[in-house]
Amino acid sequence: MLQILKNRILKGVLTRHIEPGLSERIDPAGRELKSLIQKKFGRSLHIRQVDTGSCVACESEIISANNPIYDLQRFGVNFVASPRHADALLVTGPVSKNMLIALKKAYDSMPEPKFVITCGDCALDGGMFKNSYYVYGAVKDILPVVLHIPGCPPSPLQIISSLITFLQKD
Amino acid sequence: MDCSEVIAGIKNKFPDFCALSVAQPYTDEIRIKVSPKFFKNTCLVLHKGFSSPVEMLFASDERRDTGKFVINCVFVNLKKSRWIIVSMDIPQDEPYFDSLAKSIYSSSLFEREIREMFGIEPKGNPDLRRLRLHDEVWPEGNYPLRKDFQEMQAGDLRDYEFSKVEGSGVFEVAVGPVHAGIIGPGHFRFSAAGEPIINLETRLGFTHRGVEKLFEGKTYLEATSLSECVSGDTSFAHSLAFAQAAEKVAGVLIPKQAAYLRGIFLELERMHNHVNDIGGMAIDVGFSFPSAYASVIKEAILQLNDKLTAGRYLKKVNTVGGVLIDLDETKKHILLSSLKNIKHDFNELVKILYSSVSFMDRIDSTGALRRKTAEDLGVVGLIARASGIPADLREYFPAIYKEARFRMATEDSGDVLARLKLRIAEFNESMRLIEVFTGKLIKGQEINSRAELRKGSALGYAEGWRGPVLYWLEADVAGLIQRCKVVDPSFLNWQGLSYAVLGNIIPDFPLCNKSFNLSYSGGDL
Repeated sequence: MLQILKNRILKGVLTRHIEPGLSERIDPAGRELKSLIQKKFGRSLHIRQVDTGSCVACESEIISANNPIYDLQRFGVNFVASPRHADALLVTGPVSKNMLIALKKAYDSMPEPKFVITCGDCALDGGMFKNSYYVYGAVKDILPVVLHIPGCPPSPLQIISSLITFLQKD
Repeated sequence: MDCSEVIAGIKNKFPDFCALSVAQPYTDEIRIKVSPKFFKNTCLVLHKGFSSPVEMLFASDERRDTGKFVINCVFVNLKKSRWIIVSMDIPQDEPYFDSLAKSIYSSSLFEREIREMFGIEPKGNPDLRRLRLHDEVWPEGNYPLRKDFQEMQAGDLRDYEFSKVEGSGVFEVAVGPVHAGIIGPGHFRFSAAGEPIINLETRLGFTHRGVEKLFEGKTYLEATSLSECVSGDTSFAHSLAFAQAAEKVAGVLIPKQAAYLRGIFLELERMHNHVNDIGGMAIDVGFSFPSAYASVIKEAILQLNDKLTAGRYLKKVNTVGGVLIDLDETKKHILLSSLKNIKHDFNELVKILYSSVSFMDRIDSTGALRRKTAEDLGVVGLIARASGIPADLREYFPAIYKEARFRMATEDSGDVLARLKLRIAEFNESMRLIEVFTGKLIKGQEINSRAELRKGSALGYAEGWRGPVLYWLEADVAGLIQRCKVVDPSFLNWQGLSYAVLGNIIPDFPLCNKSFNLSYSGGDL
C-alpha cells in the first residue's frame, strides 16, 4: 500500500507528463470530442472492438489509447465487453473467412442506433492480405461503415483525432 | 558437430539406417534425406538423442519439378548449436506417410496442418480435425498450399466436433471467438465439474489469413513487410528470422554494426511486451494501479521506439542484408537516458507487485505447467523456461550475445509466478544487453550489405519475446519465394495452456492466459 501511495504521489497526473507538447495536443482535441459525444449521444460513446484477423498491432494501439497518457475514457469514450452494450463496432483486420459469421453476429446483437468504424489498413480493403484465399475482403462490403481510421497500425493520437473529425462532420 | 557425427549417432541407435544424402549447406544446418521407411525412426532417434521437440514439420509441393511432395522435419541440438533437418519424398499418387504423433506429441499439430494444407494423410494420427480451415466455411478437398490450388466454391460443410467430457455434474462453458477484452479471436471450450476445470479445448484458426500462400511469388523486399504483419507485437523478431533465412540463401554476411542494432531492437521489442504482460497479470486479478503503471512504462518504450525508428512497432527496420536505421549520437543519448527512467519505473512496479500479499497469493502455484508435461508437449520459449527447460536461442546460438555475456534465466515451478519472475528477469537483462550493444556501436559504419536472393533454401531463426520464431525459406532462380514456412512459438504453446489450467478454477483462466499471452495471429498464420 505504501508503495502505491508513494508512487501515486510522486508520479502525479501522468496525462500531463512523459513528453512535453504531447498532452497539449491531446487535451484540446479530447475536450472537443467529449462535448461532441455529449451532444450526439447524450452522455458517452460505447465501443465494442472486434478483431477479424488483425495482427494485434491495432489492438495494442487501441489499448494504448486507453492508457493513463492518452486516457480516452476521460472524454466519454468507453470500450465495452459486449456488443449488446455498444453504440459503435470498431473492426480491425482483413476479415478472415472464419470471422465472417462472428462479425455479423456481433453487429446483429447491437441495439439501434449503431454504426461501424474500421481501424487499420487491413480493415479497409484487406491491406497486406488482400488477395488471400482465406480473406473475405473489405468490412464495408459486409457492414455499413461510416468511418475508417487509417494506419498500420494507427497511433493512439490518430485514433482519437479520427474520432473527432468524424463526429464534427455529422 | 558435423554430418558424420550425426549419422554415427543415429546408426548407433538404429543400425539399419541409411541416408540418401547428407549435407551441411550452412554451418548451423545439417540436412539428412532419407527414404520414407526410415523417416519415422530417424526422427525418433533425433528427438530422443537431442531431447528436442519437433521444432517444425512441414511439406513443400515439388510436383511440378519432381512429381513429389517433400516433407521436412526440423530438430535442434541446442548444446551443439545445430539444426537437423530430416526430409523425405512422398510420391504424388500415394499422398500419405506414417504419423509420428503417437511417439512424438509435438508433431501432432504439424501433421494436422500438413493434412489440411496439402492433402497428405498422416496415417495413424488419432486426430485429423482441421486446425485453421474451419469445416463450417471451407469444403473438404480444397488444399490451399498445393501449387495448383484453385478454390472450389461448392462442397460439403460440416460442424466441428469438440472432444466431449461426460458424467453427472459436468457442464461446458463456451467462450469466444469474440472475447470481452480488446484481444484476438479464439474459442475456448471449458468442461468443468463444480469449480475446477477438467478439460479445456482451444479452437483457433479464426485469424487465419493464408500468410504462407501470400509469401509465394514475392520478392524478398515485399516479403519482409509481410513478415512484419504475421504477428504485430512480434514484428521485429519475425522480420529478423525472415531476413536471416534470406541472408543465408543469398550468402551475405551482415555488418557487425547491423548485428548490434538488431540486438538492440530485438530487446526493445521484448521489453515492451514483457512489461505489457506484467501489467496484464495485475489487471487480471483486479490490481489496477500496477497495471496502469506498467502501461505507462510500455508507452514510454513505444515512444522511444518511435523516436529511434519512426515507428512504434519497429517495422521497416530490418532488411535482407542488415538494417535500415542507424543510431547516431543523439539517438544513442535518447536511448540511454530513456532506459534510465524506464529502469527506475520498472523497479518501482516490481516492488509494488511483490509487496502485495494478495497478488502474490493469487499467482503462486496458479496455472502450473510441470516440466514433464512441457517437454512432452514440446512447449518452447519463455513458457518452457518457466517450467525449467533451459532453451533460449540467444544462449545456444549466441553470436553477439556471447560478447555481452548473456545470462539465460529459468524458473522451476512453471506457474504464473514463475512466468512473472522470468519476465522481470528478462526485462532487466534486456536493459543490460541494450546498454552493452549501444556501447559497441561505432559512428559511420556500414549498416547493411547488398543482397540478392538466388535459388536455394535455408532456415532463419530468432528468439522473440515469446520464444523461437522460425522461418524456412525456399527461393527459385529468379529469387522469388517458392515456399515460406513460418512457426511462431504460440503454435506449440497453446497446447501448454490447455494443460496449465487443469484443476484451476475458470475465473483464474484469464490470469493463466495472460501469463502465457500467446499470439492468435502468429499461431493461425
